[in-house]
Amino acid sequence: MAQAEIPYQEAIPLHDPHTWITKYWFSQDHKVIAVQYGITAIAVGLVALVLSWIMRTQIGFPGLFDWIDPELYYQSVTMHGMIMVIYLLTAFLLGSFGNYLVPLMLGARDMVFPFVNMISYHVYLASVIILMLGYVPGMEGPTGAGWTLYPPQAILTGTPGADWGILTMLASLAVFIVAFTMGGLNYITTILQARTRGMTMMRMPLSIWGIGMATVLGLLAFPALFVSAIMMTLDNVLGTSFFMPAINSLEIGEDYAGGSPLLFQHLFWFFGHPEVYIVALPAFGVVSDLISVHARKNIFGYRLMVWAIVAIGGLSFIVWAHHMYVAGMHPYFGFFFATTTLIIAVPTAIKVYNWTLTLWRANIRFTVPMLFAIAFVITFVVGGLTGLFLGNVIVDVPLSDTYFVVAHFHMVMGVAPILVIFGGIYHWYPKITGRMLNDTIGLWHFWITFIGTYAIYFPMHFLAIPRRYYQYDIGESTILTPSMEILNVSITLTAYVVGIAQFLFIYNLIVSYRKGREAGDNPWEANSLEWCTPQTPPVHGNWGERLPTVHRWAYDYSVPGQERDFIPQDVPREAQA
Amino acid sequence: MAQAAQAETEVTGLATIAKDWSSDVTTFKGVPWGKAMMWIFLLSDTFIFSIFLTAYMTVRTTTAEAWPNASEVFSLTMFGVPVPLLLIAIMTFDLITSSGTMALAVNYGYRRDKRRAVRFMYLTAFFGAVFVGMQAFEWTKLISEGVRPFENPWGAPQFGSCFFMITGFHGLHVSAGVAYLIIIARRISKGRYDNTNFEIVEITGLYWHFVDLVWVFIFAFFYLW
Repeated sequence: MAQAEIPYQEAIPLHDPHTWITKYWFSQDHKVIAVQYGITAIAVGLVALVLSWIMRTQIGFPGLFDWIDPELYYQSVTMHGMIMVIYLLTAFLLGSFGNYLVPLMLGARDMVFPFVNMISYHVYLASVIILMLGYVPGMEGPTGAGWTLYPPQAILTGTPGADWGILTMLASLAVFIVAFTMGGLNYITTILQARTRGMTMMRMPLSIWGIGMATVLGLLAFPALFVSAIMMTLDNVLGTSFFMPAINSLEIGEDYAGGSPLLFQHLFWFFGHPEVYIVALPAFGVVSDLISVHARKNIFGYRLMVWAIVAIGGLSFIVWAHHMYVAGMHPYFGFFFATTTLIIAVPTAIKVYNWTLTLWRANIRFTVPMLFAIAFVITFVVGGLTGLFLGNVIVDVPLSDTYFVVAHFHMVMGVAPILVIFGGIYHWYPKITGRMLNDTIGLWHFWITFIGTYAIYFPMHFLAIPRRYYQYDIGESTILTPSMEILNVSITLTAYVVGIAQFLFIYNLIVSYRKGREAGDNPWEANSLEWCTPQTPPVHGNWGERLPTVHRWAYDYSVPGQERDFIPQDVPREAQA
Repeated sequence: MAQAAQAETEVTGLATIAKDWSSDVTTFKGVPWGKAMMWIFLLSDTFIFSIFLTAYMTVRTTTAEAWPNASEVFSLTMFGVPVPLLLIAIMTFDLITSSGTMALAVNYGYRRDKRRAVRFMYLTAFFGAVFVGMQAFEWTKLISEGVRPFENPWGAPQFGSCFFMITGFHGLHVSAGVAYLIIIARRISKGRYDNTNFEIVEITGLYWHFVDLVWVFIFAFFYLW
């Protein structure tokens, strides 16, 4: 078959936008879709931020506001968790970074199926709207079952949102998975089949490896959530008993019998654990690129970084039951899952060492994106180390459902990927808009966020109290010591400050769009292909007449004997110097 | 760092895989985007059906009541004799036949025999529609006998739940496949793919064979067990 002196994508006509609607709303341009994903995810993330304030207000100052009742508290816990994990982190890292970077870094014109890509965003938007329907008056509030949605409590009366809230949640998740699948198929196919000349897999920037592997995980793990959402909806609406055992609720027998709540936990975590890496792997990839660019040094151990990503992706499918130690399981199962869990620490540690060694004796430029990248490594190490405790059955059992767990996952998969998202935005904003973000505001934003999140989550490790409690007082007495109360107050106050700092960031995004310093084509002097576009911001079709040709990997920084300390990927080998 | 413009040495066996994966532009040489995408989608869909079946097997072991005997439940009375799994056998035969006609359509597509390819696609769609029709008949019969998602006259309530959920989800796939076949067949006859090698017929066929294969597993795990 005609095997491409000229890749066939140069022959494919682009869908040219003519009206405002096709240019900015129903656009098929991957860059516009990426920005749409980004804006939606940030907006919904702000909702989740406010929800966390509600929670922290109740914990820090119990009883201060009457309107924070137990229902609202549990609804906020649930919605905060689900929004952050799915609708912000997954959607931003894959929907936004994935869409923007995959075609640009690979030297492609666009995703392979731009139309499907466009639909993907609008279905995602629909899932967000369905999720928020729970807040519409008359729907009696969103679900308060906790983001894990464990049955039987998730669908029994007494749990907030048992009427409509749980249904909107399940429907929204199913719709989100449809959206993700359409986007994900595009990313994978583009990575496999639409690279430019000279772009071998082992020359792809690590961002692409992270995004690609995370998408594979998503395509194989989301089915478990999809199926369990369908089954729980049937339990709720049609009265089936997939997850529901025979049960008495408020002394009234429910019409359920013979189902398995444990089945739901297995299905949920078969999705839920890969989900951690769906969030983490793109962050790993992006942060590798940030560190390499701003340290002016090639990434240490590129091949090992790639294989670590692949290994983590594979292992993530055989560790899920470590979320379920307290649910009761055969000791050998616990042994198996603890072992696999600890094995994951090996490739992860390889990545951390390689980031550190990339920084070692490098010509580091402490730009805002670099600060976020370094902060990621620190936060990730702290969060990862507590994972070693939680991965062991015997240590995990007493720590389950305490603030130790809250601290662990917020550091490792909450704050750490968010720091990468910030770093990535500061890094690629000049390419997206043609203007730099304001550095002064950026520095304020960075230091408040980094130190603030540390001040919030680090003390939580020592706060030996159960999580998901509305209050810790029983009548006159309390289970909190005075020092715990002080910690709770200080965490809450810090959370207000960190939250407000995010509005600085949004202010920065808006103001710099018009007033930021002109960026030029390559403000960071980076090598990867997205900085080699003929125009900044790149126009529809990205590359003009002919796609770029890649002659080297993306990490030729500070090559000895060269005039400049970077050699972009499209510079021929003979022409360097 | 691997040189992109590798010397075109002949490689055989496993080395060809390594060569393809270390090459530029495309990993799967000569595979159109749509075909690659369909394969990846089917991989994801495989997980959905595997999880449905795993969940079914799990609740079958956890439920406290006895599981109804499939060969008694799914029997038709012919001439006064109950024949176990008669309808299911016909449905399975029908669906596998449709895979045969689909394969013929793909063959004629690559031979650029548009007329025959389109005809066999319509024939495949017809067999698919017949399958959905028989499934509707089966559902009606069971519902009239008192099978509901939450109860049935013979034992474990999960029997009905799993039956309606799994065959329903598969039936939706078949119905979608019928619509997909008809749309693509119409587009082919209107000349939309005349500039291609008619890979689109194979892509449609991939989906169709997948739906067929899934049925084989449902048949084995639900009706024969």
